[in-house]
Amino acid sequence: MEKFDVIIAGAGLAGLAAAYTLAGNGLEVLVLERGDYPGAKNVTGGRLYVNPIRDLFQDLWDEAPLERFIVREGAVLMARNHSVSIGYAGNELRAEPHQSYSILRAKFDRWLAEQAEAKGAMLLTKVRVDEVIKEDEKIVGVLAGGDELRADVVIACDGVLSLVSEKAGLRTPGSPHDYAVGLKEVIALDPAVINDRFHLEGNEGAALLFIGEATRGLFGGGFLYTNKESISLGVVIGVQSLLEAGSAPDAPAMLDAFKQRPEIAPLIRGGTTLEYAAHVIPEGGYKALGPLYGNGMLVAGDAAGLALNIGFTVRGMEYALASGYYAAQAVLRASAARNFNSETLAIYKQFLEESFVLKDFKNFQETPAVLGNPRFINHYPELVGDLMGQIYRVPPGPKDRLYPTMRKVFTLTEMWSQLKDLRDVSKI
Amino acid sequence: MSDSTALKAKLGLDIFKPGGEPHIKIKPGMEKDPRLQQAINICPAGLYSTADKGGVVLNIDGCLECGTCRIACGTDVLEWSYPEGGTGVQFRFG
Repeated sequence: MEKFDVIIAGAGLAGLAAAYTLAGNGLEVLVLERGDYPGAKNVTGGRLYVNPIRDLFQDLWDEAPLERFIVREGAVLMARNHSVSIGYAGNELRAEPHQSYSILRAKFDRWLAEQAEAKGAMLLTKVRVDEVIKEDEKIVGVLAGGDELRADVVIACDGVLSLVSEKAGLRTPGSPHDYAVGLKEVIALDPAVINDRFHLEGNEGAALLFIGEATRGLFGGGFLYTNKESISLGVVIGVQSLLEAGSAPDAPAMLDAFKQRPEIAPLIRGGTTLEYAAHVIPEGGYKALGPLYGNGMLVAGDAAGLALNIGFTVRGMEYALASGYYAAQAVLRASAARNFNSETLAIYKQFLEESFVLKDFKNFQETPAVLGNPRFINHYPELVGDLMGQIYRVPPGPKDRLYPTMRKVFTLTEMWSQLKDLRDVSKI
Repeated sequence: MSDSTALKAKLGLDIFKPGGEPHIKIKPGMEKDPRLQQAINICPAGLYSTADKGGVVLNIDGCLECGTCRIACGTDVLEWSYPEGGTGVQFRFG
């Protein structure tokens, strides 16, 4: 039997951030990863916003294997027969330090693990945590790969399902309302072609989000991120929404249909799909957050439900990295006090509350309910598309005046519904 | 429905390392449970299908370990764990 200061289940962003911070402070840390290498089981859309976490890991960013810094943002209302795009570009997005980057996790996580190891953390790959060892109502270690491994504290960073915190009795299996599933292809494309198609220079990148037909009107959306030599293209669909859709197009068919849309097909033309991935994403927000700590255990990253969809930005990775960092800070406190019970570890929640992590979650706690309004997905893209179509239309005869055309689209009933929707949106 | 040949070809791009026992199993007697029917449409790898004699069957080859079936169908009908360490899908990009 081996004893460590800390055992971390899962070498994703939360686990590696915790390991990096703890090992940097001299603790004996063991990271257990079931994949062949860190990142082997991890999937993102993916985009990382660095600003909120820059100072937590000051030495990391210069060398980090990030893909492209995002200078072009796009939102596309995708209706059945039309689409309306909004593009945003700003000089501030070009200025250093860059706000956000596209990222591929197999590459990034492997690199981050090397940084944690350089600080002294121990990493064991190809090892699954099978059980949690509990003694006197306190978690004292894990069974993994046939070995009994003990520690003062175990940090569950094992991803969205978090079977580790479930086995520890901290949580129960999640409900479909609080989760979405993302399906993604990584499509190889020549960097020069990417730059031409998306109006980019050098290592600049673009990020596009799509709502409406991207998910056939179901809750969710499509995304496209440019990487250095590839494009990440996918859809995210609410699991409950998929269940309610019954026998509508199956999930894989939705991604295929999205790829064939006229807005997408020319952007990926000539590209070769390198990989197909899928993953569940926590999207329940503040009200669906799992327990963050117990006797001898902390929970961080997706395992704690720390991902947030607020429409124009969908974020999880900063919360994973930050929660890993604050979990480490909590362990350092507990370590100084030589007490790892839940009262001592509760400081973790306080750290998160004082940081952007739980402040964001509280500020945006109404967002999942507001965005759940089906009109945003299946009505507004059609409405705006219809209006723009009529505005641009030049008929064979005389063209109607614009105001009556608009009134045809914006009927009193429609305006009344919009007011109601606006009242909901004001909660965000 | 998605084109199953095309989906298989897409899964063929991924690296999978063979393991022992299937890590997800339909609980005995639950094959005809309506909750399991949902998995047919929802599985991103299209691994659930209708059996000839009715009910749902699961072919674990090509599992992306995404967790959707566990969330959608629940643990009453599925015995669900991750594959043993060093087996299953190994994403090269992620």
